[in-house]
Amino acid sequence: MSDVAIEAHGLTRRFGDHVAVDRIDLAIPRARIYGFLGPNGSGKTTTIRMLCGLLRPSAGGARVLGCQIPRDAAALRRKIGYMTQRFSLYEELTVRENLDFMGEIYTLPAARRRERIDALLADFHLDRPDQRAGTLSGGQRQRLALAASLIHEPELLFLDEPTSAVDPQNRREFWESLFGLVDRGTTILVSTHYMDEAERCHALAILDDGKIVAEGAPRDLEAQIGAVVLEIETDEMRGARAALASVRGLWSVAQLGTRLHALIDPAVADAEAAVRAALSQSGVNARVEVAVASLEDVFVAATTERGAAP
Amino acid sequence: MKAEALARIAAIARKEVRQLRRDRLTFGMIVALPVMQLLLFGYAINQDVRHLRAGVADLAGTQRARLLVQDAQATQVVEVVERARSAPELEALLRSGAISVGLLLPPDFERRVERGDRAPAQLLVDGSDPIVLGAARGITQLPVRTRAPAPRPATDTFEVRAYYNPERRSQVQIVPGLMGVILTMTMVLFTAVAIVRERERGNLELLINTPVRTPELMVGKILPYMAIGMVQVTLIILVGYFLFDVPIRGSLFDVYVAGFVFVTTSLTLGLFISTVAATQVQAFQLTFFTFLPQILLSGFMFPFDGMPRAAQWIAELFPLTHFVRIIRGILLRGAALADVRAEIWPLLAFLCVAMTASIARFRKRLD
Repeated sequence: MSDVAIEAHGLTRRFGDHVAVDRIDLAIPRARIYGFLGPNGSGKTTTIRMLCGLLRPSAGGARVLGCQIPRDAAALRRKIGYMTQRFSLYEELTVRENLDFMGEIYTLPAARRRERIDALLADFHLDRPDQRAGTLSGGQRQRLALAASLIHEPELLFLDEPTSAVDPQNRREFWESLFGLVDRGTTILVSTHYMDEAERCHALAILDDGKIVAEGAPRDLEAQIGAVVLEIETDEMRGARAALASVRGLWSVAQLGTRLHALIDPAVADAEAAVRAALSQSGVNARVEVAVASLEDVFVAATTERGAAP
Repeated sequence: MKAEALARIAAIARKEVRQLRRDRLTFGMIVALPVMQLLLFGYAINQDVRHLRAGVADLAGTQRARLLVQDAQATQVVEVVERARSAPELEALLRSGAISVGLLLPPDFERRVERGDRAPAQLLVDGSDPIVLGAARGITQLPVRTRAPAPRPATDTFEVRAYYNPERRSQVQIVPGLMGVILTMTMVLFTAVAIVRERERGNLELLINTPVRTPELMVGKILPYMAIGMVQVTLIILVGYFLFDVPIRGSLFDVYVAGFVFVTTSLTLGLFISTVAATQVQAFQLTFFTFLPQILLSGFMFPFDGMPRAAQWIAELFPLTHFVRIIRGILLRGAALADVRAEIWPLLAFLCVAMTASIARFRKRLD
């Protein structure tokens, strides 16, 4: 068996004139958490849907767990789990009924089904199995949805923005369970627009406007950021911002409390000096130093780079 | 202040129009519904019934008998579509629903005409439809042609024998058809929203990712409603029997078999609607859209024979039309399923076509 779970070449999807996914190449190893980081509308969901066989690619193709997509989509279904962005279980059914239903749909034998449901209820702390799914809290719903997508023990799990409606505490527990699954050999593809989630992935692709604009392990991406990151500490935020706006090659300025993170085009020679000059020219008293890039910086750099290029 | 309010009203109105324009189905309905209703009410609701399907058993075989049949046809009230060789054969045609009136000219027709003390011929009428009965009465005084101008005969030419509903109570006529109407309305609606609801709530995205196959999904969806449909059949029969004295002249088993076929057909129609509609509201609208012509044209409300040809052809496509005939046949005329099998096949054909179309329309993909 190949150690690559997902392989895609030139995967493209058009909706009319709009190119939602534009020639994406992927090679995702097994037993890893791979992230799709991107803003809304960047093509994350469309890509996942193509990889599940729910959407036909307009061009290119993919092999998922050795199945040719979309040709072998039916065979693939038993091997994958899919947790949709929106809660898609039945709100009128109880926790246990929902799991039972999913178990029946995947035609697990009755004994195996009971065993799986009991295990999942325990693993995901679903301690009120007779509660209606519609009355669950955001975190409980998320755990139920994940449990349901795991009922048939899939080799590959697609999670489409799984923690959009979940508080940080629950989000952390949720990720603990994902790592538990990976330890047992499950491959996970997760889409997100949260930096802290993306940071937890073994590797990730940053998507923007249907294209992969950066790919790699979070640490590597941060180390190889294609921009100069400067941290400016000052009491005169407004003045500093105004001064920075005049700096040539400035991609973005983000405020973090009393500090500003400025991303500057690496083509600009000695960006640090240029920023100092601009600040002192405006009479702004500030401390400037080169900073270690955060994933957010990487994201901003990756998604503005192309737009800034002539 | 006033100008602002007007501006806001205009903004809302503009938004509504935009939404409406993008919802092509509703937009089409705005035009199609009134037009359809006008056409249906204008043409179908015609109490002046003509061209009743008639059967003739001419046991006299004389020239005057033949002339009488010709004259009856010339009134356009009846149209001879069947010939029978005996009175029982004529009655069988009436029971099966092939004809709604029977002209029986007895062997002693000539003698009766000469004697003039009792009606020389008989008019067998399916009394389960009062309007048909009323129309048939229009030809009872049709004169028998004689060589010499004869004095006005003391009796009518035809003696009317109303079958199946001698007391002519309208409940007897209405309740069996109503069974079909109630089943159509509830069954179609149940399944019409079934798949749309899953789509709206996001359940479908999960389902299509599982190994469940389209036909499985479809059949699984209608199965519970089949049981509900049979409960409804039972309720309507009980209420009809105990409250309205609607007779059950045929076998109860046949009623259930016919009911089962019709329930399944209606559910499948609903399922098809569900694959066409994008929202639950659209599903409601489409259900209503199929419901109205079925009620008006099925023969439930107005006698089938009174409708123009084109409307009759359209009505033949509706499940309700066939079920109304079947259920009236079984309950009121004591027909067996075999007698009305000609009406069962169209139901089964409709079921197969609607099911195939639903499965074909439903894709286990999102594109």
